[in-house]
Amino acid sequence: MRKFDLSRWFIPVFGGLAFVYLLVPIAYIFVFSFNDAGRTNLSWRGFTLSNWQNPCGAPQVCEAFVNSLQVGVIATVVATVLGTLLAFGLERYRFRFSGTANILVFLPLATPEVVLGASLLSQFLNLGVELGMTTTIISHIMFCMSFVVVTIRARIASLDPKLEEAAADLYASGPMTFWKVTFPLLVPGIVAAALLSFAMSFDDFIVANFNSGPFTTFPQFIYVAATRGIPAEANVIGSGMFLAAIALVLGAQLWRYWRGKRVSAVG
Amino acid sequence: MTNTVNAADTGGATGAGAPAGGADLRLESITKRFGDYLAVDDLDLRVPAGRFFALLGPSGCGKTTTLRMIAGLEHPTRGRILIGDEDVTATRAHQRNVNTVFQNYALFPHLSILENVAFGLRRRRVADAEARAREALALVELDHLSARRPAQLSGGQQQRVALARAVVNRPHVLLLDEPLGALDMKLRRQMQTELKTIQHEVGLTFIHVTHDQEEAMTMADTVAVMNAGRIEQIGPPEELYDLPRTAFVANFLGKSNLFTAQVSGSTGDWLELGFGPHLTRLPAARAVQSNGQVIAGIRPEKIVAVRPGEPGPGEHGWTKVSGGRVLSTSYTGVSTEYTVDVPGAGEFEVFSQNLRSEVFAEGAEVDLWWDERNVFGLPGDSDTEAGVEEV
Repeated sequence: MRKFDLSRWFIPVFGGLAFVYLLVPIAYIFVFSFNDAGRTNLSWRGFTLSNWQNPCGAPQVCEAFVNSLQVGVIATVVATVLGTLLAFGLERYRFRFSGTANILVFLPLATPEVVLGASLLSQFLNLGVELGMTTTIISHIMFCMSFVVVTIRARIASLDPKLEEAAADLYASGPMTFWKVTFPLLVPGIVAAALLSFAMSFDDFIVANFNSGPFTTFPQFIYVAATRGIPAEANVIGSGMFLAAIALVLGAQLWRYWRGKRVSAVG
Repeated sequence: MTNTVNAADTGGATGAGAPAGGADLRLESITKRFGDYLAVDDLDLRVPAGRFFALLGPSGCGKTTTLRMIAGLEHPTRGRILIGDEDVTATRAHQRNVNTVFQNYALFPHLSILENVAFGLRRRRVADAEARAREALALVELDHLSARRPAQLSGGQQQRVALARAVVNRPHVLLLDEPLGALDMKLRRQMQTELKTIQHEVGLTFIHVTHDQEEAMTMADTVAVMNAGRIEQIGPPEELYDLPRTAFVANFLGKSNLFTAQVSGSTGDWLELGFGPHLTRLPAARAVQSNGQVIAGIRPEKIVAVRPGEPGPGEHGWTKVSGGRVLSTSYTGVSTEYTVDVPGAGEFEVFSQNLRSEVFAEGAEVDLWWDERNVFGLPGDSDTEAGVEEV
């Protein structure tokens, strides 16, 4: 057939454009990580590998990066553990004010970040808590936890209660049922929630800006650096994280592919 | 038949069961309430070891609740549960040597078929768990799929895995909760036979919950018919069908013609009944009540319809009801189903095996004949509609 086929051309072309739109900024970051930049990294001055060879070359860039990593990991671990427990409590048990608790858990998601950051600041000041890494972590745990609760609750709600009954029927005690059946089935949800938490924590500028005091996170460093010129080392770190994320996704895909192949080969 | 408990006995006193031998299952005065709702009402039951026992009843009759109490997934409000001589009433599900085949199988989606089957063995730290799981899979002819995940199996295969997962533990009692409900007709028939064979091979006590009377009758050697939280009648399928003791059993298990009659006298072992202008008799032993107004019953296939005035199939011991008129005829090939109006006595369902080619048309006049040994008598206050079309 020689007639114009919409689905044949339109969808690949449009889809391709959408990807270009999404990925061009990231490509810019990646390309400019090889820029032989002087004080600012806004215009192309020539190719160099020196930024990649010494990503901590610019003052404070790695310090801020490590700060953000620390905050992200600690906030993620604490928010994921607490959020999972909270999700269980809210999903599995009916108690007085459980309806109210449900709404309150959603509240941090609905509140504008500036308001959240400002009110946390006034709270810390009133309590006389010195601003720094601790206050940043506390703030991050707070908003990450809401996301964790929402994600994992959905997962718990979709669990077939008969599976836990079947485990009990097959001689598994309460804790055994949790570790052998409930938890493994929740792992995908928990991993998703943890990745989301880490991304949100690492990404956060507004709340940290209110509550970090002299402590500087990576987004704060970039923001401040933007006024006098972002060092190319920041691009190196950004690109590195992007590549790490891609590697993670590819690794997971490969593992699933390999497992699927193994299963069908044996079966 | 130690397990042949009549409906009148089922509400009886605690500990009425016969002395236990082997790993019998006994329920003593079990009651279960959910808030105000009475799900199971003072139930007594004894299942001897090695039986294929069916709990049959319409949805909401309390059969699944009873099963869950035996499994330990629910706890009775009152009463005792004994397996062998051990009182397990207070124990939890994982402490009981009872396993369940769940309605939708409830296979663990994150585990391989082999690990699903080995789950119970591993929890009890059985040494050769894997080898025994493989044996169980071989029993249901699925050993070649042991590395797959449940989602990669068809419904019928999943059903067998669920059975293997329960059987492998050699429980004292194996519970089946509507295990064939999700399968299509053909597969269901096949699994009925297979389940029966496997039960023979492993020799375990099977308790099968179902709302399908045909399934219960073909598979079980003892059937308990449940209604509204109570057991109506227990017995072998043939006995329940031949001699129902309540209107519910008469209607739920197959079909019955139930009609109001007056006991007008008795001769020897027979009760004489009058209904409308007609007379019939039944053996006194087949009547729950022997005087006053009773509900008499006769199965549709036990009635023979002939042309008016033609000789019936027998002389002595046969009842002839004349003056019937065919209201509807339904030809099914192997048989013809008639609804016949008998003035003064009501409508009768008649199933006639197509031995001869003659089929009565609607409006035809017929005489009805039945062998009086097939009539059964129920209490006069029975609800003749109980159990009708509730399947």
